[in-house]
Amino acid sequence: MRSLILSTAVKVLVPLTLLYSVFLLFRGHNDPGGGFVGGLVASAAFSLFALAEGVEASRRILRIDPRDLIPTGLAVSLASGLASLWTGGPFLTGAWYASPLPVIGKLGTPVVFDCGVYLLVLGVVLTIVFALGEE
Amino acid sequence: MFILVVAIFLVAGLTPWLHRFLPRTAVWWIAAFVAGAFAFCFSLTGSVLQGGSISSTLDWIPALGLSLSFHADGLSLLFAVLILGIGFLVLLYASKYMSGHSRTGGFYAYLMMFMGSMIGLVFAGNLLLLFVFWELTSLSSFLLIGFHHDRAESRAAALQALLVTGVGGLAMLAGFVMLGLIGGTYEISALLTQGDAIKSNALYGPVLILILCGAFTKSAQVPFHFWLPSAMAAPTPVSAYLHSATMVKAGVYLLARLHPVLGHTDLWFSIVPVAGAVTMLTGALLAFVQTDLKKLLAYTTISALGTLMLLLGFGTVWSLKAAMVFLVVHSMYKGALFLVAGAVDHESGTRDLRLLGGLRHFMPVTTAAAVLAALSMAGLPPMLGFISKELLYEAKLHAPSFGLVITVLGVAANMFIVAVAFMFCLKTFFLGKGEFPKEPHEVPRLMLVGPVVLSFLGLSIGLFPDDLADRFIGPAVSAIRGETTEISLGLWQGINPVLLLSILTVAGGLVLYSVRSRFVAAHDRLGLARVQGPSRWYDTLVDGLPVFARRTTGLLQEAPLRGHLLVVLLAGFAFVGTVLVLRTDAARLPVIPSVRLLDVVLAAAMVGGALFLVVTSSRLAAVVALGAVGYGIALVYTVFGAPDLALTQFAIETLSVILFILVMQHLPEFRKLSGNGSRARDVLVAAAGGALVTALLLLTVREPLWSHLAAFFSAKSLVLANGRNVVNVILVDFRALDTLGEITVLGIAALGVYGLLKLRLRDEERT
Repeated sequence: MRSLILSTAVKVLVPLTLLYSVFLLFRGHNDPGGGFVGGLVASAAFSLFALAEGVEASRRILRIDPRDLIPTGLAVSLASGLASLWTGGPFLTGAWYASPLPVIGKLGTPVVFDCGVYLLVLGVVLTIVFALGEE
Repeated sequence: MFILVVAIFLVAGLTPWLHRFLPRTAVWWIAAFVAGAFAFCFSLTGSVLQGGSISSTLDWIPALGLSLSFHADGLSLLFAVLILGIGFLVLLYASKYMSGHSRTGGFYAYLMMFMGSMIGLVFAGNLLLLFVFWELTSLSSFLLIGFHHDRAESRAAALQALLVTGVGGLAMLAGFVMLGLIGGTYEISALLTQGDAIKSNALYGPVLILILCGAFTKSAQVPFHFWLPSAMAAPTPVSAYLHSATMVKAGVYLLARLHPVLGHTDLWFSIVPVAGAVTMLTGALLAFVQTDLKKLLAYTTISALGTLMLLLGFGTVWSLKAAMVFLVVHSMYKGALFLVAGAVDHESGTRDLRLLGGLRHFMPVTTAAAVLAALSMAGLPPMLGFISKELLYEAKLHAPSFGLVITVLGVAANMFIVAVAFMFCLKTFFLGKGEFPKEPHEVPRLMLVGPVVLSFLGLSIGLFPDDLADRFIGPAVSAIRGETTEISLGLWQGINPVLLLSILTVAGGLVLYSVRSRFVAAHDRLGLARVQGPSRWYDTLVDGLPVFARRTTGLLQEAPLRGHLLVVLLAGFAFVGTVLVLRTDAARLPVIPSVRLLDVVLAAAMVGGALFLVVTSSRLAAVVALGAVGYGIALVYTVFGAPDLALTQFAIETLSVILFILVMQHLPEFRKLSGNGSRARDVLVAAAGGALVTALLLLTVREPLWSHLAAFFSAKSLVLANGRNVVNVILVDFRALDTLGEITVLGIAALGVYGLLKLRLRDEERT
């Protein structure tokens, strides 16, 4: 069930959507967005690719098994909370790097936490989507 | 201490890798580390000689009163030295005992994990922290009992131990929380100063009983004792270490630690000594009729734990002193005897007393160690066991009440123990000629170190007990009582009632030993072996639970998804509706908020979509209609100023469409599955739900919003968390712990969905 229109469109759409998802992730702290919605958008991109080119192809461009993304995301979020062990204060206390970076903005453990959420959501959705698609 | 605990856990984590890369020498490095830890704790004993203590505190979750506070005093150091010292010997022993097994790396890792938990437990200065380590010891015990996980017996025993100690641990946690509520703190040192206030509190009774549940299950007191003999399914080094020398004493440690807070009340006196006395007798009696070396030792351990509880129950200076000395001596001789039993089993292929005999010709060194340990167990001079037994009798004679009864019971129990000690030694090593499954010979040297060191320590400390008294027993008793107590020990106390009792005990033990066969015959004739009270209750409970669960599930969650959904929805409506009707102030009817044209359009689109969804006969149309409702909701979010929610809703709707497209071809034909009757019922339920939510919303907007939350977050978001998007800042910073919980649930749910999908796939492949 290949569609030439879809195949051509995804070549442009997927990178753009992925870029947009990262943009959403990092802008989330000050404007609407964040890790959760970013992860959803990114998984929409890979799902779209799976629709157009098949699940196998989508797995290939993802390169990593979505199931592994779930514990990875969880570990990243957890680790961001452990940073407060060094700075003092209870678990998950935010710690910030003083000067903001270009594009990404201010860097701190909550941003890392959000990245974990992003990875986890991506893993969760794609685990289900790929499993359904391979059925 | 914090660093010590962390280091042990670190070593536990590294052990499997260490073992993989250095299969021969890994255990040496671990043993060297443990020896270092032992030396460190031993050196600390010097600095707490005068009843002093060392503390360190680090915040963990201050909001819950949970801090990483560690506290070393005489009591905890006595335990720590036992844990690390015996742990070192057990490691050496296990290096040969477990050799040839495929998962030795994991075994050492579990053992070190246990060691870390136990050290953490005795040094914990915070009740909640103590609970964490307490549960960790249960967990590592579970892993170690079930180490031979290919045997059903091991798995059942591991589960049994985990469930019994785990349930007790949960009860104990409830007790701890109540204790914390009464005292206003979870720091043990602060609680210890509030003994009188706690004892006079109305919650004292529940607190004591709950905490005793924890202590009694862990320390195998009747009626919770049955898990300990089952736990003998573990490899013998584990039995020696966890299930006789250290872990099972955690309950004793806990009660000793909390003695100033909980002890010396009528309730305490009517539970703790009684349970101790019953356990002491039951254990001794049951040990006498066993034929399996390890089971026999397990029951004597139960008896010893009962004795310790009994002594702690009295709470006199005599009894505390006796308890601490008995604790030490029991760990030594029982550890040694377990290691001997393991050696016998390892070399002769059996540990059944009926098959064993005359092993002294094959295993002379093991025999010597066994004899010394058994002498200590029987309480004969010049062993430390003799001193300990003298102290026991002295404490019992000086018991606050029923001194005579308790002394008689104690003498009776000890007679059985003496008989068991003789049985263990004579039947295994001296009398007769065994029928061994394999040709026995002396064990490797490393397996001799443990039994020999432990049994010789029993002898040498018995001869020169002053250092033990000054360095360990005195500080420990001082720590329990909260005031400096001088302790002196000596072998020869003159001719006194206690000595006469000792002589009587040994004589009685010898008589019992000589009539054992008749005793066992009587025991069998009465069918006592088949009476398995508490163990049977456990089985009934554990078997009954899944049956109960299956019935409840069958009742509430019928096979068709619609029935299941109906139960959930109706239950939800019923609860919310009841509260709504009961709490609503009829005088203040809801005001209908003003409506804009845009709102009407949106609502109409969504209602239209929903109606179309219900009546359409095309699946694709249904999907589109559902999408219309979803996007309508997203628009509502946008209109009412919740862009984050709207964004997420849009993404979810898009993904739902993709999911539908993926599964579209696999779905069965789209048709009506329910009759008109049930459709009418569904309409009613749906309408009721809609009405309820509408009513709820109207009532909610009538009340003024508690706006200080919104004000707080808007004001603090940028200042405290460097972000202007309040929603996201709440998610990743202010309430990040909630988010962490949610994403964990999300991940687990995804794995569940994945499992279900793959399971179905495999079923299809099979057909």
